[in-house]
This record gives sequence, structure tokens and C-alpha cells, in this order.
Amino acid sequence: MATIDYSQKIPNNVDLKSDKRLQRALEAWQPNYLDWWREAGPTDFNENEVFLRTAISVDKDGWAHFGHVAMPDYRWGIFLTPQDKQRTIGFGDCLGDDAWQQVPGEHRNALRRIIVTQADTEPASVEQQRLLGHTAPSLYDMRNLFQVNVEEGRHLWAMVYILHSYFGRDGREEAEELLDRRSGNADHPRILGTFNEPCRDWLSFFCFTMFTDRDGKFQLLSLAESGFDPLARSCRFMLTEEAHHMFVGQTGLGRVIQRTCELMKEYPDRDVRELGAIPLDIIQRYINYWNSSSNDLFGGEISSNASNFFASGLKGRAYEDKLDVDHAAKNEFYTMDVWENGSLSQQEVPLRNAMNEVLRDGYVEDNIKGVEYWNKICAKNDIDFRFELPHRRFNRKIGMYSEGFFAHDGTPLDEATWNQKSADWLPSDEDRKYVESLMVRCTERGKIAGWIAPPPKGINGQPFDYEYVRF
Amino acid sequence: MTATATPPASDCIDFQTHPDQYRHWKLAVDGDLAKLTMGVQPDGGQRPGYELKLNSYDLGVDIELADAIQRIRFEHPEVRCVVLTGALDRVFCAGANINMLSSSAHGFKVNFCKFTNETRLYIEDASENSNVSFLAALNGTASGGGYELALACDKILLVDDRSSAVSFPEVPLLGVLPGTGGLTRISDKRKIRRDLTDVFSTVAEGIKGKRAVQWNLVDRIAPLSKWDKAVDEMAREMAAEKETCDSKGLPLERVELERDDEGLRGKYVSLKLGPELRTASVSIQLPKQSGPLDADAALAEGCSWWIFQLFRELDQVLLDLRLNRPDIGLVNLRVIGDVEVAMSLDDFLATSKNWFVREVRNFIKRVLKRTDNTAKSFYAVADEGTGFAGTFLELALACDRIYLLNDPETPVRMGISQANTGVFPMANGISRLQTRFLGEPERVDKILAASGVLEAESADEMGLATFAPDEIDWDDELRLATEERASFSPDALTGMESNLRFAGPETMETKIFGRLSAWQNWIFQRPNAVGEHGALKCYGTPERPEFDFKRT
Repeated sequence: MATIDYSQKIPNNVDLKSDKRLQRALEAWQPNYLDWWREAGPTDFNENEVFLRTAISVDKDGWAHFGHVAMPDYRWGIFLTPQDKQRTIGFGDCLGDDAWQQVPGEHRNALRRIIVTQADTEPASVEQQRLLGHTAPSLYDMRNLFQVNVEEGRHLWAMVYILHSYFGRDGREEAEELLDRRSGNADHPRILGTFNEPCRDWLSFFCFTMFTDRDGKFQLLSLAESGFDPLARSCRFMLTEEAHHMFVGQTGLGRVIQRTCELMKEYPDRDVRELGAIPLDIIQRYINYWNSSSNDLFGGEISSNASNFFASGLKGRAYEDKLDVDHAAKNEFYTMDVWENGSLSQQEVPLRNAMNEVLRDGYVEDNIKGVEYWNKICAKNDIDFRFELPHRRFNRKIGMYSEGFFAHDGTPLDEATWNQKSADWLPSDEDRKYVESLMVRCTERGKIAGWIAPPPKGINGQPFDYEYVRF
Repeated sequence: MTATATPPASDCIDFQTHPDQYRHWKLAVDGDLAKLTMGVQPDGGQRPGYELKLNSYDLGVDIELADAIQRIRFEHPEVRCVVLTGALDRVFCAGANINMLSSSAHGFKVNFCKFTNETRLYIEDASENSNVSFLAALNGTASGGGYELALACDKILLVDDRSSAVSFPEVPLLGVLPGTGGLTRISDKRKIRRDLTDVFSTVAEGIKGKRAVQWNLVDRIAPLSKWDKAVDEMAREMAAEKETCDSKGLPLERVELERDDEGLRGKYVSLKLGPELRTASVSIQLPKQSGPLDADAALAEGCSWWIFQLFRELDQVLLDLRLNRPDIGLVNLRVIGDVEVAMSLDDFLATSKNWFVREVRNFIKRVLKRTDNTAKSFYAVADEGTGFAGTFLELALACDRIYLLNDPETPVRMGISQANTGVFPMANGISRLQTRFLGEPERVDKILAASGVLEAESADEMGLATFAPDEIDWDDELRLATEERASFSPDALTGMESNLRFAGPETMETKIFGRLSAWQNWIFQRPNAVGEHGALKCYGTPERPEFDFKRT
């Protein structure tokens, strides 16, 4: 087999050319990755050229390049933010020590687990979204979908690079298995539950990018603080891309809401269903579903893993280095509503054990801003409807609140009341069928499906009617 | 006078339960297959202060498991394969609950481990002797005690979902050992190479999928979509290797023991505290007549068949002594009754091919072993009216010392029967007589040749008595021995006794109770585990362990 110059094929700033061991590993992995993409990615669109952003450097001003490319030829690069030689560990028991440039032996397994769990979500979302291209409401949206997909693919690369470079044989095996598991597969599902939920329609896609990718953002923020420097640097760069995914979610939902509001305003006496739009209460139920499912991704409220990861300097708080707090967080407490024996009571929990909850706090705050943005759209259109973010206790499958039943606003309920009321809060089969019935492909240049408003502007200075995907 | 504080009845642990009362297990029997499904109730802990998450267990959970295994043997002789599996998604069992362990007193931890070890050995005993095999169907990750439970089964099937693993996280995460036979079974039972066991025991997340099969940590893997079928197939294969049995089982009734300030009272066995400090006496009253000598009649008497009921009562008394009477250090044991009655069932017990008699025989064996493994000093007191003979001589031989009254005025008799030939082997695989006379095997033959009733004088000559004083010295001898024993360090005694009781060959069982438990109990006392910054204490808290890195 002729040697491929991967340093040419893979844009990177990690001096791939001189790292023989890494080259060898990536040579073995790259073909399997492409096989995976062809099999489990947006398969039916591999021939089409898509107007994609490709990361080409870590320069703040010119990090990305835009141009038409067929997705399998996308140049999945490996970028780490530049090393700060003075960097020290910013939290936990090793606070102030030099950041680790190699994996410390004692943390090897925990770090590998953290990295694999994060990495597993990247290909999972591509798999979840693989058929959405067929029902894209516009070329613009289709392009955004594929942009998200290829960047999730790049994030997988970024994590695989770490596994290959720092975890030896185990790391290579884990990297193989990342391509082996499949979202929703009965035999080898993805690690986390939410990433096995099907994403069948675009309303779900927007919710996913809004809420589930935002969990990703917070996980990356906490790993960007890691004492293991290559991981921190890798995650920092991933965050620059992740922002676009949430933009897709927040504005996507905003445009769906905008369209419904416009029609409600224009035809106040008619059911928007007759007009082919999505009623606001269905949107609210989708929000409820995806938000609660994504809340689960942060893990248990009181967690010894979270405590260990923080104490050992593996996983910090979001923006740890900017926070004006005691970074050791050793003798501090966090007050939370603890669900015990069927009732809630405020309790003081050691802060380190509450790190999942601390991270979730930031997440909830972010989401509230998103909801406000959508409510402004309603207000601007004089529609008297207010979206509400479900309470973090609502509809949980993981953590202590999964042991009880809670209303949309977090009030404890008995099981009977929950069974009676949950249909008001969660999408019904009928809702899903209706939303799916609207999912019809619209890929004529400049056209958009009737259930969503066009964006105010296009990508990278291009107009909305630009040929974002070539057929 | 009551020398020792008695815990109020409500604080005493009850070791008896019934499938109708199970909180954590479900037992379902379907033809010759039984399924035991573990679904631990998080809020169902035996005492407050910990939550049994992820199918982690405490003593209450294990009492149910022990009950289920016992019931399968007696109530369902038709069952040829038992499938152990979990009711949770992606988790089979996370092992013993860490918060329970770290908040338990040392003595409780030790006895908890001992009980769970016995339960796992009962699984293996059933496989070996009861025409039933066990399949661990690991529907998710089995870590620590969860994997150890699987190791006690004949075969292990692990789900291959690319994330479920078997693991021993004790050393890397908790600073202790897998204390329920795990280290012994991966080396001595599954015979895995020592370097691989070394790696396996230090990787917290464990080994999964194909590699778990390659390393022989599990026997097979099966994908999720074919899981139920794979479990069923494997269970049927295993069942087919056992004989069919169409006998009807015997419902196990609760053993009724009366509890009061003085102790416990059953029909045959009673426990009385005092009179001396830290001392109790266990009296076993034999019936006047030997009762039925054929299997059908025995089965018809069922739980009231005297020998069965007697040993069931003794089993409960031993457990009560262990966990509810920590202050008791010395037990004086008497078997009261006629030696002829004591030996009357022995040939029948030893030779019957009937399933019920076989089960009773194996049960007696287990109770005798439980005596061997109880951390109290035992004196067999053979004075007037006692009948340590045959099966009941085994009880005397299980004691640390035998005091035999040798006085022509008050004849005391003992007796030798087939029960002493190895029908009730010890953990070391040989009989109590063989163990006692390890250096004089010919003496064992001589004793067995003297089969029948023995007068005190000849019993003493044969070496069956530790001391054989006459009437004049008897009370004094016994009083001194009792007072002296009660004054020694209880720790030293426990250590001394468990070293002296098991002479002879090593088996997996002796290694578990000797080597593994001793090391574990040592670690359980060390600052690196239980000190202020010990790993066990720090687990689940914001603190990370700090070790004293000096090797001992």
C-alpha cells in the first residue's frame, strides 16, 4: 500500500508529519472512518457538493475556509489551540501544578472513560440525523445540517487523535469501537441514552442542536479546563465550531416560531395546521422533550464521579479560570433540592459532589436566554404566547429526580397525576405524525418549506438563494 | 444474672425470609429452569444512611439470595438450571454498597463478607451436589461483588453491547479487595493467568466483549438483540447436562425460635446467654426416638423431620450469635440425649439416594461448616446426659476443645458412625477426624473401626477429648477454662482459631476464608482504607484518598 501523506490530507497544527506513531495509527483508522461515514452518515448526499466551512488553522481571524466540497472529501483536520507553556492546573487537589502534557498513570482510565464518552456523542449525532437531508426545508438548512454533521465528524477526529496519541493500544481499540457502536442499534448502542433517540424530523433536529449540542458545549467547557493539556486545548478549539450548531438550533426554532406567528397574525381565526405550520404548543412539547432528555446528559445531581473528576483535575467547571471562586472547592457546599422519601428538602451537598449540578446551572441559564429570544419573536408578532423552559426536575430518566414525578414547573406529583398530565407536556404520537407530515424536501434555490420562515441572511455573506448544495 | 447486654428483638437481624417478602429479588420457576432476577430497591437498605443504587447490595439483599438458593434446592428439585440475571438496564450488579461498608463497624463488615461468601459457596455447593447448575446472565456491567457473584456460577454469559464489562474496581477505586472470593475464583476456579488477573484487578472499568472471553473472564458473549434467546439456549444446554427429576419439592417453613432476654429457644436448639461474662451456651436436645428411616416418611415429616429442623435451628442460632451477639466470645456446646438416637440416622443419611435426604445431608454439612467459620471460641461440653455421637460428634469436632467427663459414677458416652467418615467434609475437603489427626492417619482408621458407642475412657484414649477430668475436677476445670478464654484478646483468639481449625489441604474455600478474608480484614483496618483520608472513607466524598506509600 502506498503511503498516503496524511499531513497533506489532514489539516493540522500538531506536526503530524513528524509523529510516526500517530501517522501509523491514523492510517489504520482513517479508512474505517470513511467507511463509517459512507455507511452511517448522510449517505445519500455523498456525491453532492456542499458549501462547507473547513477549519484550516487556529487563527482567530482566519480559522475557517468556505467552499463547495463533497462531504467524503471534507478535510477533517486536527487542531489544538496553541500551547501555553506556563499553564497550570486550575482546580482540584493539584491546583497550581504544571498542566500535564502526558496522561498521568493514575488518571489514565478515568480520562479515557471521559474522552470516550465525549467522543461517542459526536458520531452518534451524525447517525441520528442521517436521513434528515431528504426532508430539508431549504438548501440553506440542508447545508447547515451537513455543516453540523461534518463538524461532529471532526470532533470525533479530535478525540480520536487524543486517544491515539496518548492512550496506546487501549486508545486505538477505543477508537475502533467508536466506529463500531451505532445510535439506536439494539446490539451496540451509543453510550448515552439521548444519543440513541431517533431524530426523525427537523423540529427535533433544531431542538437537538439547541439543547443536546448545548450539553456538548458545557461538557467541552468543563473539559477545556482539564489539567490534561492536550485535551483542554482540543476542546477549546472544538468550542469555536460548536457555537454554530447551537446557532442552527436556536435560530431554526426561532424561524419555525416566526412562521407560525406570522400565519396566526394573518389568519387569526384559523388553525395554523390548516395552513401547514406547526402550532406553538407542539413546539413547546418538543422543547420539553428534548430539554429534559438533554438535562439527563449532565448525570446525577450528587455524584462521586463528578467529585473524583474535579478533585483529580480532570474536569473543571465551565469558565473555571475566569471564575472568582475558590478553585479547590474543597470545603464548600452547594444547596440543592434533594428528593428523598417522596419529598423535596433543601440540603447542603459537598460542592465537589455537586459539580454536575453546577454545570447544569450554567446550561439552564443559557437555555433561558434562548427561550427569551423565542418569546421576543412571539411578542414582535403580537402573539400572546410565552414559551417556558421545563424545570430541571421534569421528565428525568437519570439522577435523583428520575425517582419521582414532577410537573413542567418542577412541582412534585403523584404517579396518577403525572400519567394524566404528561400528555399535555410531551409530544403525542399525533403531534409527531403531524410534524412528520410536514417534512417534505424543498431544495429549489431560494425556496423554503411552508412551516418555517427564511433566515434573515445567508452563510458567509452569501444570499439565501445561494446554491448551498449542488445537485 | 445476664452477663451480656442483649439487643432488643427489634434490632436483631432476621435471617429468614420468603419469596413473598423479597424486596430485591424475583424467583420464577418454569419447568426445569429457574430465574433469579436482581432488582435491588434503592430505598430498601437494611438500615438508614445509604441508598442501594445500581443493584448494589447489603446484607438484606444477600439474605434473600441465600433464601432463594436454599428454596430452589428444597422446594424445586425439578430445577436443573438457575439463571441469575439483573432487572436494571445496562447494569447487572455493582457489588456491595460502598456507603454501607464505609459506615459499618468492622465486626459487621467482616460478618457481612462472611455471610455473602457462604452464600456464594452455597451456589457452588448446589452445583456440585444438587443436580442443578447456575448461569450468570450478565445483562449489563458486573462490577466488584457483582462479578464475584457471577464467578460463583458455573457459567457466565455477558451481553455484548460494546460497553458492558466485568470488573474489579476495588483496588484502583476503593483501596480494598474484591472480598467475596473474586481474586480466588479468577485464579483457582477459572484458572486465568496471573499476569492477566493482575491487569484485570487494577483496571477499574474492567474488560468487556471478546477480550473478556479470550481471557476466560466469561464463557460467552451475546448481542443485545439475541440476548433472551442466548440466555435461554445456554440455560437449556446446562440443564440438559443434569438428570431430570420429577419429585415434588418441600415448602420450607419458617424456623420458629423464641427470643427473650436470656437468648433463643427452639424445639431442639437453644441459646442461653451467660452465666459467665461474654459466654453463652448452646444446648441441642435430641429427640427420644430416632423417627423414620425411609425417605418417603422423612419427606412426609418435611420441615419437622427432627434432624432437619434441629440443624435449621442451629443455623439460625449461629447467625444470631455472629451478627446479633458481638459481645459473646465463648460458646459452650452440649448435645443432650441418647447416643443411639444421635447416630440412628447416620447410615441412612450417608447412603440414601433420595433427593430430599441428599439435600438434608448437604444442609447439615453447611451448618457444620458455618460452625467452623464462626468467630467465637467453641467448647464441646460432654458431661452427664450428653450424646456427642456420629453426626453430633462432628459438632464436637468442630469445636476448639472437647471437655469430656470421665467418671465411673456418671457414665458419659460418645459414638462413631459413618457420619464421621467424610460425609460432612470440612472446607479443606477432608473429614473432621482426618483434620484432627493429620499426623496420624492410622488413628483415624482405628477410630472408624471402633464404630459404635464409646465409653468416655476409650473416647479419651482415642484422642477425642481435649481434657477428660473426673467429677471432682470437672467444675473447676471448666470454670477456669471459661474464665481464661473470656479474658484473652478477642482478635488474637479469632486469628488463632481460624489458623488452627483448618489444618491440612488448601482448597478454594479455605483460601477464601483464610487468605482472602484475612487480607481483606487487615486492609479494612488500615488507614489507607479506613483512615480519615483512606480510600474507602473518601469514596463518594469530595476528598481524594491520601496513602501512606510504605509497603509493609
